[in-house]
Amino acid sequence: MERIGFLKKEKIEEYLQSLSKKGELYVPVDVGRAVKFEKYLTGSSICLDRPPTLPPKSVIYPQSERLFKFKFKKDEGNVDLIEIEEVEDTKKRIIFGARPCDSAGFSVIDNVFIQTDTPDVYYERRRMNSFIAAKACDKPSAGCFCIAVGGGPFDDSGSDALITELEEGYLIEAKTEKGSLFLDWELIEPGDDHLEKKLKKKEESERLLSEYLGELKKIEPLDPKTESFNDENFWKRHLSKCISCGLCTYLCPTCYCFNITDEKKIFEGERIRSWDSCMFFHFTLEASGHNPRPDKFKRFRNRVGHKFMFYPEKYSQLIACCGCGRCIRFCPVSVDIREVVFELQKPRRV
Amino acid sequence: MVELKEKISEVFRDTNLVICWREGFDPIHATPHFVREESQIEDSIFNLFCVHNLCVYLPFLKEKAGILVKGCDSRTLIQFLQEGLIRREDVVIIGISCRGIIDVGKLMREVLYEAVTGVSIDGDSIKVKTVSREREFQLTSLLADKCKICRYPNPLIYDHLIGEPVESKVSWDMAYEDIREFEKKPLEDRLSFWTKEIGKCIRCYACRNACPLCICRDRCIAETRDPHFTSQSVELKEKFMFHFIHAVHLAGRCVECGECERACPVGIPVKMMKKKINLEMKELFDYETGINVDDKPPMYTFKAEEEKIKEHEL
Repeated sequence: MERIGFLKKEKIEEYLQSLSKKGELYVPVDVGRAVKFEKYLTGSSICLDRPPTLPPKSVIYPQSERLFKFKFKKDEGNVDLIEIEEVEDTKKRIIFGARPCDSAGFSVIDNVFIQTDTPDVYYERRRMNSFIAAKACDKPSAGCFCIAVGGGPFDDSGSDALITELEEGYLIEAKTEKGSLFLDWELIEPGDDHLEKKLKKKEESERLLSEYLGELKKIEPLDPKTESFNDENFWKRHLSKCISCGLCTYLCPTCYCFNITDEKKIFEGERIRSWDSCMFFHFTLEASGHNPRPDKFKRFRNRVGHKFMFYPEKYSQLIACCGCGRCIRFCPVSVDIREVVFELQKPRRV
Repeated sequence: MVELKEKISEVFRDTNLVICWREGFDPIHATPHFVREESQIEDSIFNLFCVHNLCVYLPFLKEKAGILVKGCDSRTLIQFLQEGLIRREDVVIIGISCRGIIDVGKLMREVLYEAVTGVSIDGDSIKVKTVSREREFQLTSLLADKCKICRYPNPLIYDHLIGEPVESKVSWDMAYEDIREFEKKPLEDRLSFWTKEIGKCIRCYACRNACPLCICRDRCIAETRDPHFTSQSVELKEKFMFHFIHAVHLAGRCVECGECERACPVGIPVKMMKKKINLEMKELFDYETGINVDDKPPMYTFKAEEEKIKEHEL
């Protein structure tokens, strides 16, 4: 079966409309000073020329989701009962215009929520029913470093299809079985003739990124014996400027920590799961009032450790960072996580 | 720059800590720099990208520190002193007369977030080199909005001063014209404006944590479970609730440094709410934040009969 198609630029609107009939379609939209994934509506202005401000993580892993609803009742004998209402979610979701790093981010989350003895049904159900087409990146954006963590501007891991923007149109390559969904032969034509142009673009894009990164080319998982890691002064030296907000974690395609709360009214309520952030004081606050990570240094240390040490230890040396650079690009005080990891890997100053 | 480093050196000998700036991860980003060793002074800079209000760190420091402030930032220190959040003897202030800073978010949007590899500033124009091309902008088009209506380019409090005084011709009315214009819009328009803007919020609390006057931090009622003012859900009403709490807690305290708005990753114009409240503060109490150390913030005190609040009259 043909796996490579070509969509002429003028047909993109028609193509997206047709795609939106196959499931709930999410595209990057300019919402004013930010680009966000929103449900596609006819006339939505899709924004592919810059990296989305927020990754499409929330499409599959919403910032807050209802796990179930509950009601307190009494039966005829005045015995208290609790009625639980389950959430049904069988919607098919289609993401068009993610970036390769965004797709790679889902692979990191999959390990935790799906590749385990106790899969998370809510995430798994949505992930299995999602289709992702990533748009390859022509140029690096501020703070990008995907190649340093094993990704690349044309990397297709985690994506069902890879889209390359060429001058006259979009090359659409299906990378998985599910990727066939993006090959709408009524609107696209065979694309093999354009492959060469794509390869040129790929080379050029990788060269630009590699030049931009200079010596920051490769980040290895941190050795659990890294000495500076346990040195409080190291964190004080590098993270005094951190203001301990949750921006870096909420913009991160790989961060998956959550909180579960019961939001109650008098006789009814719902249990919701919402994103949490390890940068917040409350994240580790225990019922006793004790907090094992009471200051920002311990919290940042945990974030770096989780991504570059504990996670790789557990999941065959995979780094829980896809190099999208959002935490660097948007950090209010320009904390650079690459710099921190590099410093950790340097031999310790005496 | 020599003058800057000399001053930092001088202050460092006294405090052993100076909070200033150094170059960030690319040529259009500076980053706060905590000088704790003499060798770190060499990296300090001041340029158009030194956008941060460094005062944000002061109320939580447990040591004496030197600090660099622009005119606008210096009002924060005055507000801190009024509220007793810092002690004057614990800070050594290096003030900088400032001609304005660049709205880095706007610049990144202008170049479509392409990685920037170089900048050069020549008079009124700035050349920005990205990985794929070079573009030239007028500096004025990239100035932060707050700088266009700046009334205090020179620090109002300092121990050392760097730079020639800068004159401002901006009046109070000019500075609040945007708010008055916005208020002329019909209620429905204003509601839909805020519905769209607040709808973008992801509750990352960057606005709160970047705010030097938001001092509850880890005890913020937006996050506590008890009392349960806001839920964890990302519904619009919860987001509104948080932003209103933030704005109202800053009544008569916000010095309009604009850090909340600058920190917001999704570009919500949160400073507008605070400016609106400051406008009310001026009209009701004839009070302006962060101007005189001896002032009492209006919400820290009361009069039995307020001149402009008539509802208590029998």
